[in-house]
Amino acid sequence: MAKRRFKGGEIPTSSMADIAFLLLIFFLVTTTIDMDKGLGMVLPAEGEEIEINKKNILNCLINSSGKVLLGGEPVDISNLSKAVRQKIAANDKLIISVKAHSASRYEDYVKVIDQLKEANATRISIAESD
Amino acid sequence: MKLNRKTKLDSEIPTASMPDIIFMLLIFFMVTTVLREYSGLPISLPKAKRIEKLKSKRHTSHIWVSKEGLVSIEDKLYSSDGVRHVMYEKRISNPQLVVSLKADEKSKMGLISNIHTELRKADALKLNYSSKTAVD
Repeated sequence: MAKRRFKGGEIPTSSMADIAFLLLIFFLVTTTIDMDKGLGMVLPAEGEEIEINKKNILNCLINSSGKVLLGGEPVDISNLSKAVRQKIAANDKLIISVKAHSASRYEDYVKVIDQLKEANATRISIAESD
Repeated sequence: MKLNRKTKLDSEIPTASMPDIIFMLLIFFMVTTVLREYSGLPISLPKAKRIEKLKSKRHTSHIWVSKEGLVSIEDKLYSSDGVRHVMYEKRISNPQLVVSLKADEKSKMGLISNIHTELRKADALKLNYSSKTAVD
């Protein structure tokens, strides 16, 4: 019986680079580097209560239907940053105390905080809602 | 006068090691790709304009709050009083901890306020209200 001739037993490697490239591109595309983003806030430490002059406090109240009361006057949320900016210009020691009703929505609260940040208010205090 | 070049320059880039280089890159991307760590709770985040980016994932810990009032940390449900212990442990092991609060826009402020109090008690004071970028 004639012995069959052995024809080259090598795996073709010329296309390996292409295959690896395809895999690489797949992983490059599927990799999502999603950064977490949001509104930053630093809470006061427990038991850190300081007496503040009443003149320097601006109360900002949010009720359960999302209406905002700024220093006793009702303000539309979209105009809040303007109003706050004016008040800060008049008194740069102003601390804004945000108090939300416990039934109010988080969305409104975030909107208010966002507006305060828009007005470059750095002194924001969060009063506990009741 | 005709100049004869003595040696012929081999001007080809060696391609023999290319698959190895590409495989190395491939392995790097495969290792670094994180498909998803925690699934969290189904929420729709609120929108805000003045957004800051959180610096590193290593120092971030998420608290998920759904609109039904469920609180979840690392895929475990907690009551709002249980947050304190978990966050206290985390704060001890990582002093640079930033808490990212992923709360649904329709969740109630009473619960968020409880979480504020819990975080203050756990001394985890750096908070970030996770939100989407608002489009004007």
